This record gives sequence, C-alpha cells and structure tokens, in this order.
Amino acid sequence: MTLEASKVTFGYRDRPVGTGLDLAIAPGSFTAIVGPNACGKSTLLRVLSRLLKPTEGAVLLDGKAIAHQPSKQVAKRLGLLPQSSIAPDGITASDLVARGRFPHQSALRQWSRADEAAVRDAMAATGTTDLADRLVDELSGGQRQRVWVAMVLAQQTELLLLDEPTTFLDIAHQIELLDIFAGLNDEGRTIVAVLHDLNQAARYASHIVAMRDGAVYAEGAPAEVITEATVEAVFDLPCKVVPDPVSGTPLVIPLGRAQRHR
Amino acid sequence: MRRHLVLRVGGRASTRTLLRAFAVTAALAVLTVLAAVIALGLGEMRISAVDVVRALVSDAGTAIETVVVQWRLPRVLLGVVFGAALGLSGAVFQSLTRNPLGSPDVIGFDSGAYTGAVVSIIAVGSTALVIPSALAGGIATALAVYLLAYRRGVHGFRLIVVGIAVTALLGSVNTYLLLKARLWQAQMASVWGAGSLNGLDWSDARNGTLVVLALLVPLLWLGRRLRMLELGDDAAAAMGVAVEPVRLALVVVGVSLSAVVTALAGPIPFVALVAPQLARRITRAPGVQLVPAAVTGAFLLVTCDMVALNVPPQALPVGLMTIILGGAYLVWLLVAQSRKELR
Repeated sequence: MTLEASKVTFGYRDRPVGTGLDLAIAPGSFTAIVGPNACGKSTLLRVLSRLLKPTEGAVLLDGKAIAHQPSKQVAKRLGLLPQSSIAPDGITASDLVARGRFPHQSALRQWSRADEAAVRDAMAATGTTDLADRLVDELSGGQRQRVWVAMVLAQQTELLLLDEPTTFLDIAHQIELLDIFAGLNDEGRTIVAVLHDLNQAARYASHIVAMRDGAVYAEGAPAEVITEATVEAVFDLPCKVVPDPVSGTPLVIPLGRAQRHR
Repeated sequence: MRRHLVLRVGGRASTRTLLRAFAVTAALAVLTVLAAVIALGLGEMRISAVDVVRALVSDAGTAIETVVVQWRLPRVLLGVVFGAALGLSGAVFQSLTRNPLGSPDVIGFDSGAYTGAVVSIIAVGSTALVIPSALAGGIATALAVYLLAYRRGVHGFRLIVVGIAVTALLGSVNTYLLLKARLWQAQMASVWGAGSLNGLDWSDARNGTLVVLALLVPLLWLGRRLRMLELGDDAAAAMGVAVEPVRLALVVVGVSLSAVVTALAGPIPFVALVAPQLARRITRAPGVQLVPAAVTGAFLLVTCDMVALNVPPQALPVGLMTIILGGAYLVWLLVAQSRKELR
C-alpha cells in the first residue's frame, strides 16, 4: 500500500505552512519525520491522514485521491495516533481499545467475533492484556500511551501514522514504545512517525524525512540524512555526528556554546 | 472484572453492552412501568393497579376505562416519552460539551423558546401561536449560540460559555417584556412558562410520540459517532467520523428532542440535565449512555408528574417539581465536586 503527497499546499486559513510539497511513503518502510518545532511536521501528518485538506495538490492512497474515498473505508487501511486524545471518564483499557473497531462496525454489526479477536491481538502486541480491566485514568503515562496505541492497532490498518508518540514519556518508556513499533514494522506494517529525538529516529527508522519551514529539506536513509551539515542547516544547531557504538547508526552530539569555542 | 453481555445473531448482527448497565437499565424500565400504572390509578377517582391493567388490556367500555385510557393515559404516556426525549437530549449535549452542565437549556433553547412564546402572547393576545413561535424562538437561539461559538469547529466549553451569556441576555429581555405586558398577558405567559403536562389529550400524545420516534432514527446512526467524538476530534476523524457535520446533526437532533417537549408542554427544566448524570452513576458505564439516560428521564418525569399532581393540596405543574429536583441535584453536584477537590 502506498501513501503519497503530490504537490500539496497546506496550512490554516491565517497561517500557510507548506507549498507544493511532494512526499512518497514506501510500503513497508519505517519513516521518521524530524524537524524543529513549528516546521510543519505534525501538520504534514494531519494532511497525510486526511484530517487537514490541502488547499492544492492531493494525498494519494494507492494512487487514488484520499479525499474522494469514503472516510470510514480509509480508516480500515490507515490508522492515526493523534498527539492528544481524550479518554472518556470511567472507561477501562479494553473498552477504549474496543472503540478502535469503529471503522469495521455498523448499526447491525456492533461486536463481531472479528472485533473481539482484533482487540485481543492489539492488547497482546502492546503488552496491555493485563491492564484490560483497569481504568485508563488510573494508568501511568507509559501504560496509557500503550493502550492508545492498542486502540489504533485494533483498527487493523496496514499503515500507521504516529504523531509524536513518545513525547512526555521517560526514556525507558520511549524505547519500549519504539520497540513495539519496530516489531509492528517487522510484521509488515508501514509506519510513519513524527519524532523529536534524532538518535532514536536514526536507530529505528529506515527512512528519514527532515523538514524545515514547511518543506522537505532532505530525505533518505538515516546515514544520508543525519549528517553534521544537514542537522546544522535544519535545526541551526552545530553538532558532531559519530557512529552509534551499539547500532552503528548516526549519533548526534549537539555542541553547546561552551563546546563550540573550545 | 467488568462483564459484558454479548448478543450475536449469525455473522450479521451483533451487539455488546456492559452487564451491569443492562441490568440496571432494565430494572429502571420496569420501575417506570410500575410508576406509570400507579399514576394511572391516582386522582380524584382512585383505581387499583389490577383495574388499571384490566382497563388497559381489554376494551370493556366501562367508566374505569374512560378515566384510565381516555383521560389519564395520554398524560402518563407523554410523561414517559417526553422524559425519555429530555434524557436523550441532555445526554447528547453533555457528551458534545464534555461537561455535566451541558444541556439544551444551557445553550439557550429554553429561554429562547420562552421569549418566542411571550412575544406571540403579547402580539396576538392569545396562546394561539405559542407553539410555532416558541419553537422558532428556541431553535433560532440555539442556532445563534452554535454560530457564535463556531471558530474552526465548535468546542464544548465555548458552546456553554456563549450559551450562558445569551441565556442571561434573553432573561433580561423576557423580564422587560413581562413588565411591559398587560397583567393578563403576563399571567398567560407565566402559566406557559411553568412547563406542565396538564390538559394534554390523545392527539397531543400521538403527535408527540411520533415526532420523538422519528428523531430516534437519526440518533441511532449518530449515537455511535457521538461515542467516537468523545475521544477527541482528531481520533474521531481518523476513524472515519465526519466531525463537523456529525456534530451539527447532533445539535439539531438534540434541540429537536427538547423542542417537541417545549412545544407541547412548555419548558420542563432540569430533566435533561439530571437524567444523563444519574444514568451514568447508576450504570457505572463510561461516556454517554443514551439508552440509560432515556429510561432515567422517563422514570424521573413520570414520577415527578405523579407527585406534582397528587401530593400537594393543589396540583402543581411538573416543571416546578423538576426545578426542586434539579436544584437539589445541583447542590449535591457542587458539594461532591468541592469534596473531590479538597481531597
């Protein structure tokens, strides 16, 4: 399944973000979108997931304009983990995950065997099976985020778009979540994630898109994109890039004022 | 462990509900029927429950049957139907606004309807045009509040704040109109303003029930989308819900459910506010619970009307009874809230 933005111009009425942007998501890839705050990476993800309509150009899902397909049909193939979601008061983890089955349900078919199996599998894949009967309000940040991921997984889509899935989590929970995404990617799902940590992006992603000012500045394999020159150009941050001693992927070491003048 | 009740018919149809919510709602439905039977037996002519049921199932043509079926049944039936309509309307608004204070009264519907009614009474000098003008006033106000609160979509909190402001404005308009009106006009308006099921007959019962049933059809479709909207606009949209059109449709259906009641009985306050919250607490189910809210509303209105009609020395309009109930509920809500914050 391919997802492609073709010459999209997008933004909000009073604040244009990007113009004529092209981006193709390769099937089976783990694409990380990186860039400074307000560079338009989350907005681009909203465009890719049809939440924001581009003013020009189109987003194509398998070559067909996503805007012209029934939204519920798209939801069976493309799932999105938004930056912020709201858990209804008093909902349990398993009930929340069950809501991810909406695109597969109808007025008559509200809880099929397939729904039940999808929820069970999604909770197993995210390690949330034991949390099934717990109230979402009472979970820790890391557990809660895994439950939200399970809800998107229950949608059973080949494509997963994740908007800053690791923000607000401590480092151990960030890695735990990224490992889950890597596992899903190994099983054949295409993943597109907006990430803040360049080193994590370099380690987990197969393809990196670096954005600046609403445009794609560079894209390619981590070793091609995460270079001293590109990071400095995109983030205005001088740095050194060395091989990660564990994975061999690029490791960014930022230079603060003290290190620059040495 | 929360247990669910799952019902499947072949591979085609299936549904799931929390066992507790189902049991509590069913019990409340039985209580509502019991209350209705008791209400049918009360009044100047007391009739035993057995005779009431006999009059309902057979057509013996006796005096008892005339009293029960012709005189009292329309009122009790409308108590059930209108109570359910108000409960649903409140549940829709509380879910949309994510606020236990959300209800059609809060976004200005009732005060708009009252303004419409007062204007028509003063202009025409009778209650002939009260129904259409109250509806026009209520719907115009609700739409105005919706549009004033619209900025890149409608958000619950803004809807409530704008609703409170508009309600306050209309309140002063209403007071001004009543002060300017002649005494008998002001009296007529006040009687209408205290919602009551008095004097409703079979044609009202038929019309009211049909309209409410007709509104249930879109609500069946919208209800599942309402549950998705609870997760936030982005999550709902990502799962294929057309957020803004669905929200507008929900506002229209919610206001309409409330409008039918106001048109036939005048404004009956607080049922829409209290029923969904009560339903949530007794079912302990998450989010909006449309069916439990409807059953709770029906039970509340039938019971309140029965008490208002039979307990005080002189029969009171049910609107007064629900105000007392609503006031008690608000006090309790505030106390519970402040306790929670102190903890």
